[in-house]
Amino acid sequence: MTEDDRLAAILADHAGREGALLPILHDVQAAYGCVPADCYQPIADALRLSRAEVAGVVSFYHDFRDAPAGKHVIKLCRAEACQSMGGTEMIARLEHALGMKVGETKGDVTLEAVYCLGLCACAPAAMVGDQLVGRASAERIEALVAEVSA
Amino acid sequence: MKIWVPCDAAAVACGADEVAAAIASAAGLRGETIEIIRNGTRGMIWLEPLVEIERDGVRHGFGPMTPDDVPALFEDGEHPKALGPVEEIPFFAQQTRLTFARCGRTDPLSLADYEADEGWQGLKRALELGGAQTIEEVTTSGLRGRGGAGFPTGIKWKTVAGAEAPQKYIVCNADEGDSGSFADRMLMEGDPYCLIEGMAIAGLAVGATKGFIYVRSEYPHAIRTLNAAIKAARAAGIIGDSLMGQGPAFDLEVRVGAGAYICGEETSLLNSLEGKRGMVRAKPPLPALEGAFGRPTVVNNVLSLAAVPWILIHGGAAYAEFGLGRSRGTIPIQIAGNVKHGGLFETGFGMSLGTLVNEIGGGTASGRPFKAVQVGGPLGAYHGPDDFDLPVCYEAFADQGGLVGHAGFVVHDDSADMLALARYAMEFCAIESCGKCTPCRIGAVRGIETLDRVAAGDPAAIELLHELCEVMEKGSLCAMGGFTPYPVRSAIRLFPQEFSLSQEAAE
Repeated sequence: MTEDDRLAAILADHAGREGALLPILHDVQAAYGCVPADCYQPIADALRLSRAEVAGVVSFYHDFRDAPAGKHVIKLCRAEACQSMGGTEMIARLEHALGMKVGETKGDVTLEAVYCLGLCACAPAAMVGDQLVGRASAERIEALVAEVSA
Repeated sequence: MKIWVPCDAAAVACGADEVAAAIASAAGLRGETIEIIRNGTRGMIWLEPLVEIERDGVRHGFGPMTPDDVPALFEDGEHPKALGPVEEIPFFAQQTRLTFARCGRTDPLSLADYEADEGWQGLKRALELGGAQTIEEVTTSGLRGRGGAGFPTGIKWKTVAGAEAPQKYIVCNADEGDSGSFADRMLMEGDPYCLIEGMAIAGLAVGATKGFIYVRSEYPHAIRTLNAAIKAARAAGIIGDSLMGQGPAFDLEVRVGAGAYICGEETSLLNSLEGKRGMVRAKPPLPALEGAFGRPTVVNNVLSLAAVPWILIHGGAAYAEFGLGRSRGTIPIQIAGNVKHGGLFETGFGMSLGTLVNEIGGGTASGRPFKAVQVGGPLGAYHGPDDFDLPVCYEAFADQGGLVGHAGFVVHDDSADMLALARYAMEFCAIESCGKCTPCRIGAVRGIETLDRVAAGDPAAIELLHELCEVMEKGSLCAMGGFTPYPVRSAIRLFPQEFSLSQEAAE
């Protein structure tokens, strides 16, 4: 399937759906790893929106990326419950150990902040790929990263 | 032998899947026939993974379990992680579980489990009563919006019911973004049919045939469970073309957010649902009259809707017997952060803050002295020991310049840096502001800068910060900018020395 076919298939899937833009953008990101700017116009045409409206929605939401993330995305919760259990220090230690800052991609690994995973009673919390980590520590996350990147 | 291992995201995050695998393999090695049931969580998160084994009809708990603790489950003698009968653990036994009655006891996706435990009885009752009387029951119950605003649910439903339109909607706000809150997630993962039933009752009551559950993308487990539950309920003929084969049509769809905290605000959520930027709308028009796609819409939190089946089965008056003052019924309190016994504790309104933190929560997890508890998420105030007599109810917290919100309580020990937490409150607002109104969009950024000046010892900065907080509180369009001053001002009020020591050092 060519790139254009993939997008056309996604748009066809959502044809006639009420408020289809977010579901479409989620599917596009699942297919391409990000929402490429050259998808804006075809999406706009399908939904009878302007290109600017689509671009505006993409840029509003934190989830949508304009470039693919690393193969392994590590999300670290920065919210209050995790802070109360040493989350801030954990993030600093992990940044030091991995030699990168939150918001950066280095090699296969992307480090991101997240604001609450709903794991506030087993804080600090993180997500390594699809795997949730409660009662997290920098060492445990580093070990998981080593495991998935091996 | 029946063995329960929770599938809740918090249990999984603490290793429940590994424990379940270890149980299956240990049983296989021993040639024991077992049935592993992946239940929801009981809400005693500090004990997760909490494994339960039925003995003589009573479920005994073991936790927190690791794979290494598994072999001993099959051996004679006292298990080192044995907790006794799960429902006799004080944290559980002291609760009034109405909304969470099933959560943790059943397999969340088993329709048979649901039906055997009062499932669909509320919907059946609503079908008998009809719309107007259903709304009457909800009004009698005194149920108020559990998302934080506390607006009476019955009145909202009545407004939507009275609106004439070719299409109405039920929208469930499951964009649970407050740190310290996880009750919505726990219910969606642990008892999804309860939410479906609540929404079906709402649809029936107001004449809406379509419902949306707007779930945040940070909750992939909840999204999967809800989608599976909706599919099963539709296949069983409960929802779809006709409610239970005898009522009007009502169908449901899950919509996934995209990482914007502001979409928990109802008008922003509606814009997001419509495929727009999640910008807050000015009210009026009320969403009850012009909501999703411009149609009359009930927007209710997960917990408000999930409280409805119980109210229909047992009656609004029975629900209203719990609670305090104008806060009726039960509130699923989430106690989290630096606390020994973190989890979900459902109880009638009125428990004192001190009892909650010290007795239910068991004090701090670190064992260090308690410092403050933030109530109601990132927009809620910090409270110190002086507020320990405050009863958990909407009015008492509002009177103290705070809020109960979605009833998330985040405990901090004495190592908490209140200036850093106040700065974080402003930073969070700057990151998550929708940008529509100036006090929030610009004020939050100026707030960070002003707190940095406080930290640097600028003596004029505190007064400026107070003025800024007043502008944000009075001038913002919604609670995002309007309540961000709550944590900031309460931190200063409780711990003024932390905001002035740096000044003295600089002077």
